[in-house]
Amino acid sequence: MQIYLPIAEVSVNIFLILGLGGVVGILSGMFGVGGGFLITPLLFFVGIPPAVAVATSANQIVASSVSGLISQIKRRGVDFVMGTVLLIGGLIGSAIGVQIFNLLKEMGQVDLLVNLCYVIFLGIIGGMMFIESLNAIIRSKNSPPKRRKHNWVHNLPFKMKFRISGLYISVIPPLMVGVLVGLLAAIMGVGGGFIMVPAMIYLLGMPTKVVIGTSLFQIIFVAAFTTMMHAITNQTVDIVLAILLLIGGVIGAQFGTRIGMKLKAEQLRILLAGLVLLVALKLAVDLLVEPSELYSIAGIGE
Amino acid sequence: MITRVLTFFWFAFIATAPHAEEIVMGMSQDEVAITASFTGSEILIFGAVRRDAPAPESSQLEVIIAVQGPNLPVTVRKKERVAGIWVNTSSIELDIAPSFYAVATSGGIGDVLLPLEDLRHAVSVGRVVRSAGQDAFATDNSVDAFARIQAEDNLIQILEGAVKIDEQTLFRARISLPANITEGDYKTRIFLTRNGMVVDQLDTIIPVYKVGIERWLYKLSQEQAAIYGALSLAIAALAGWMAAAIFGRLHG
Repeated sequence: MQIYLPIAEVSVNIFLILGLGGVVGILSGMFGVGGGFLITPLLFFVGIPPAVAVATSANQIVASSVSGLISQIKRRGVDFVMGTVLLIGGLIGSAIGVQIFNLLKEMGQVDLLVNLCYVIFLGIIGGMMFIESLNAIIRSKNSPPKRRKHNWVHNLPFKMKFRISGLYISVIPPLMVGVLVGLLAAIMGVGGGFIMVPAMIYLLGMPTKVVIGTSLFQIIFVAAFTTMMHAITNQTVDIVLAILLLIGGVIGAQFGTRIGMKLKAEQLRILLAGLVLLVALKLAVDLLVEPSELYSIAGIGE
Repeated sequence: MITRVLTFFWFAFIATAPHAEEIVMGMSQDEVAITASFTGSEILIFGAVRRDAPAPESSQLEVIIAVQGPNLPVTVRKKERVAGIWVNTSSIELDIAPSFYAVATSGGIGDVLLPLEDLRHAVSVGRVVRSAGQDAFATDNSVDAFARIQAEDNLIQILEGAVKIDEQTLFRARISLPANITEGDYKTRIFLTRNGMVVDQLDTIIPVYKVGIERWLYKLSQEQAAIYGALSLAIAALAGWMAAAIFGRLHG
């Protein structure tokens, strides 16, 4: 069954888009990532113009994140204090990131930068998470886990109590993490969950069970901000496409959250690491292999 | 004397020749409405040739039908390998390029239209893109690339032999508009040619516009962008909340 999208100006299969939303929703619920780094390339692939794909997936991320967040709140899996600190940093970073994005757009190399950012950050984060969680799985089989060591993060001033995370640390590291994530999110056009989640686990030392909810809390606001920016400046949010994606997405997110509860923290992390590495690999191959069409056209339907 | 009279008639014939045959046309539909279930549209363009005198026996009547969508600015970029990775190294702006172009002919386009006439009327794909762009930097490569990429999406169609002619008088052709077309006025031109020369031309417009909810949403997104954005967010938040509520209840 086909439906014509009023903003994207293409006709798409309803069930294909519903399914796409569902798959990304499951991942979103399982890992606490918005899924922007997956859904945007998938939408390109089914023929949605890139500008519409980027803007509309931001809107879809809001829906699946709200759905996932509500389930997490019920399980006391959201640290609102930490989330707010991260969000403040995120908005500062996002404002700076938009400026950098526009500067590079004028220079005409924004596509390359976005792809390189994806490959580098997804590659590094995926690789680090993969090795760490593999070690964790091996350790947990042999000996009881060691106590977490204190590092430089715990010696900074402006300490604050993050009750739900069970942390008493300085606000500077979470604020910096927020800025960094906001910066990259604005440049890469994603919510930033895949950077946020590992940063919270490894840099801030938050327990995995509150990381997902807190990340979702932060993502909702970043994605909502991005959606409004795109709707007002570029008119590229396709509401019909968004509705189709989010119907699949919110249902998927509910299943994802339940799958996530059944898995161990290390297993969850190694799966996310694998997924992140897979996307990074795909993008790296695209950059390295000679494309079948050397020319590309832009401007029509945008 | 006889030769002078003949010469006079010969010149009179040449002078009136463009009007000796005239196009009368019809279409299966006057407009194309883009609705939610739009999956493309096929338009049958047909017509007849009205003559003041019997058809010349010496040459064959040929018909060209060209349908052209609204012109848009387009950037054609070229990738090259730099330090091992493929990068956009050069780009060319085609100031205005047709978002859709279909040209149907009764024979090979080189046979039914002389290059000089193509230059004057801008009928062939390469000529349309160049004449629309008027761009000194629009190299053959970039125009060819544009045509190739658009043809893959059925947004450029070269339909040689698609115009059927009966009895040197009646003609018809089917043009299919794909689902991914841009809305606007589609300029439709019909040419009658003999010996590669245009003897008559008829222009008309096929309006292609969104209707109903498609039109309403599109206008809202353009004219009330903030409200549209807020509406999108409200729907997203509501859908997320509803899904969580329903699933929460299902699982106690």
